[in-house]
Amino acid sequence: MSEKKEKLLQIKNVKKSFGKNTVLDGINLDVYKGDVIVIIGPSGTGKSTLLRCINMLNPPDEGNILIDGTDITGKGVDLHTERLKVGMVFQHFALFKHLKAIDNVALGLIKVKKMKKKKAYEKALRELDRVGLADHKEKYPAELSGGQQQRVGIARALALDPLLMLFDEPTSALDPELIGEVLMVMKQLAEDGMTMLCVTHEMGFAKSVSNEIVFMEEGNIVEKGEPNQMFNNPEHKRTKSFLHKISELYGGEES
Amino acid sequence: MLEGITFIIDNLPLLLKGAWVAVEITVLSILLGMVLGIFIAFFRLYGPKPVQKLLKFYEWVFRGLPILVILFLIYFGLPTLGLNIPAFISVILGLGLRSSAYQSQIYRGAILSIGAEQMEAGLSIGLSRIRTLFFIIIPQAVRLSLPGFTNEFTIVLKDSPLAYALGIAELLKQGRNIIVTSFRPFLIYLTCAIIYFLLFHFFYYFFRKITERFKVPGYLINK
Repeated sequence: MSEKKEKLLQIKNVKKSFGKNTVLDGINLDVYKGDVIVIIGPSGTGKSTLLRCINMLNPPDEGNILIDGTDITGKGVDLHTERLKVGMVFQHFALFKHLKAIDNVALGLIKVKKMKKKKAYEKALRELDRVGLADHKEKYPAELSGGQQQRVGIARALALDPLLMLFDEPTSALDPELIGEVLMVMKQLAEDGMTMLCVTHEMGFAKSVSNEIVFMEEGNIVEKGEPNQMFNNPEHKRTKSFLHKISELYGGEES
Repeated sequence: MLEGITFIIDNLPLLLKGAWVAVEITVLSILLGMVLGIFIAFFRLYGPKPVQKLLKFYEWVFRGLPILVILFLIYFGLPTLGLNIPAFISVILGLGLRSSAYQSQIYRGAILSIGAEQMEAGLSIGLSRIRTLFFIIIPQAVRLSLPGFTNEFTIVLKDSPLAYALGIAELLKQGRNIIVTSFRPFLIYLTCAIIYFLLFHFFYYFFRKITERFKVPGYLINK
């Protein structure tokens, strides 16, 4: 690993409740530039909520989140500018259904980054090319397969040149044969040095691409560590049994 | 036979004048209903709780009353309270208010079916809520609303003859006036029916063209 890396994201004692239900119970996590972190854990333990806190789609009740040194939970922060630093990939793609693939990618460039149309479309096309979909630029979301839609979703987020990418179960809504193409794009992205935070059950991806696995349960981080350590020699029994179960279900082979 | 045709042609200008009034009533009522309907839909979704309740009550009332009762209340009832509203305005108000109760449901349903994820996706690429509404939610809501709106338009068109009851010289009333002097009800009512039928299909076709124009693959579009 590299010598000295800078902290890109700092999560400090983040708490979040929905009514009486405590979803995040004091999360602390540091993410360094170039990190690829996979967050795992049983459903309903706050993994998605944590990602949504980082993007302020669900602002935390307590605690601080610093992105590139800026506390986005602070008052007077321009959220719309801060959100540009973070790319979000949704479980159900959330593409703009009335726009073609290329327009989905170009919209943020034109409306938010105020780029000239011609330049925006050139960049949008490059981003679509990066996920292997340049040929499908004129298609509407409904004309694309799930895997293709998710890749457009990734391109849409990448187009804004984020410092950090959040993946909220990006493959769990996909047919098994479509998962591979999305993981390939994510793997390529990781190799290009993108900082990534992924909630996923794809253990093959976790093993081969991530440099840290975070195991969450009931709103807490139970354990975190390098994939090797987590898979072969976890400290907590619960981590072991969960990883065992999930590996059986989703396979721990290289993908 | 030939005599019948010339009889109709002689009276056609009067009937067409009435038909124009029918179109005026329909378009103005629909516009009133649209402005109010959009307003109601938004406040029923995003307004303060008491406002939401009040608007729900409003819909509940206007959807539960026969249109003729609404018209009579406005035109014959309100003057008792010192509020005199001309017949033509009364008809627009009556048809428009009732239509707003239905149109708000069309728009609200459309907005609801778009789902929270579209808003979140807009926010995630740095758009504000208002801009997401304009660039993402409304363009989709308009497309989803068009079939229901077309239906509502034709319903108001077909209810426009009720203006007759307030003495407005729309198509049916004009027909009736001709019958009083000529005693040829079948011929005149048949002509009126044909005009209504043509009007209906003209607008139906018109809105279908608009719907097709904005058609996006993956959205349900009426055939």
